[in-house]
Amino acid sequence: MIFIKNSITRKNLMAITGLFLSFFLIIHLLGNLQLLLPAEEAQLQYNSYSHLLGGNILVKLVAYVLYLCIILHTLDAIYLSYKRKQANGISYAYDRRGRASSWYSRNMMALGIIIFVFLVIHFKDFWYHYKFGELPLDANGNKDLYTLVVLAFEQLWYVILYIIAILALGYHLLHGVFSAHRTIGLYHPMYNRIVRVLGVVFAATMTLGYIIIPLFLYFNLQS
Amino acid sequence: MKITLKIWRQRDAGSKGAFKEYHLDDVSRDMSFLEMLDTLNIKLIKQGELPVEFDHDCREGICGQCGVMINGIAHGPLKNTTTCQLHMRSFKDGDTIYVEPFKAAAFPIVRDLKVNRSALDHIIAAGGYVSVDTGQAPEANSIPITFEQAESAFDAAACIGCGACVASCKNSSAALFTSAKISHLSQLPQGDKETSTRVVSMVNEMEEEGFGFCTNTEACQVECPEDISVLNIARMNYEYNKARLVKK
Ligand code: HEM
Ligand code: SF4
Ligand code: FES
Repeated sequence: MIFIKNSITRKNLMAITGLFLSFFLIIHLLGNLQLLLPAEEAQLQYNSYSHLLGGNILVKLVAYVLYLCIILHTLDAIYLSYKRKQANGISYAYDRRGRASSWYSRNMMALGIIIFVFLVIHFKDFWYHYKFGELPLDANGNKDLYTLVVLAFEQLWYVILYIIAILALGYHLLHGVFSAHRTIGLYHPMYNRIVRVLGVVFAATMTLGYIIIPLFLYFNLQS
Repeated sequence: MKITLKIWRQRDAGSKGAFKEYHLDDVSRDMSFLEMLDTLNIKLIKQGELPVEFDHDCREGICGQCGVMINGIAHGPLKNTTTCQLHMRSFKDGDTIYVEPFKAAAFPIVRDLKVNRSALDHIIAAGGYVSVDTGQAPEANSIPITFEQAESAFDAAACIGCGACVASCKNSSAALFTSAKISHLSQLPQGDKETSTRVVSMVNEMEEEGFGFCTNTEACQVECPEDISVLNIARMNYEYNKARLVKK
């Protein structure tokens, strides 16, 4: 991959991995919405769902594609940022170019870094513990991921961390989804209008969906 | 009007530049921005100083030669306007105006506000033409084309090659410029024949000249004097992907 010098090809890779990650966000959200069920039901159902996913070879395959996508997307982001530095040369002494574009479209890398830091924490706390850690079993004999998740969201700082990361993700998607379609060559004005609107709806839905879960768990536990 | 100017002065590509302050006391609201710079230069020459160098030619918005950053924006505060078509009535009495050259690694500074935009010419030379034998103008109706198609191609053909898109882009990308030519020619029957070879060689040249890549911030169209559509960039990507993936 290091050998692909051409930036349209590199951007295609960025777009396709980004869209795959975006698609995964939907599935991941649907699964996690089970956390909003009444506590006992949620515990059993969520744990057996997690167990089911862990055992399925197809899901495993998709998971490997997912890890690969995160790595490729991030490496590409670093490469393209480096190319940008090179292309810019000396910077302006007096710069008001910002009026012509949105702040989040100009700061995809910064938003991406927030998402990446979050992903590391997220993987370590849940994925790593679930896969390799010792977890108590629930009534059905499944590893009790539910309790691990719920306890994590008892802490206010953890909830705040999540909300910041999800907002960053939301803005990343707000630009990313429509940008990806342009990158792979969608040039018809009508489809572009549709993708623009769907992109906003998608970004808003993901942001709200993912923010509700930690908030719900936090306030549920407080009361 | 009284105007304070902070103008970027730089001897050549190798030396360091900086803003230098100038004052003009009797600027007319009806002067174009370039006429205001002319006035300054006459004053500087009379004082025995070197005039401020800047590019210009037609002064009627069609050649694409003029183009500087005015108050941090390519071609100044008005959207879709060249520097020569900007008038002092867009400013207020007592304003301070920053004037800086376009900056990008592919646009080395020649002197003061003047930059070398040959890189854009090299992109055109790499394929922005139709390979036909010249001679008599061909019969106009022998190749049918609809009015809408011709108009759409013409919209893309309106690019004047000023480089404001590169200067406005946070990635210093020439995607709008390059895609305008690709889109212009690929929408016409004569040009479409060579689309796949053209797009590959123009995109390669664009990269070799050291321009950045496009992240669809769309700042270019906002500042482009001709309002060239960013959808041309998507069309270029489409043609490029098609050429690389499908065509031999
Ligand atoms: C769940 C995580 C993520 C999702 C769903 C996602 C999604 C996307 C999408 C759809 C695009 C648009 C591609 C295009 O414009 O062609 C994109 C672009 C980008 N992403 Fe991500 N991304 C994620 C994580 C990251 C991370 C971790 C980083 C960096 C460390 C990052 C940095 C970037 C950059 C620099 C761009 C290019 C900006 C642009 O083209 O406008 N992203 N992302
Ligand atoms: S696309 Fe617009 S801004 Fe870019 S060179 Fe052409 S006319 Fe100038
Ligand atoms: S001088 Fe020709 S476009 Fe401004």
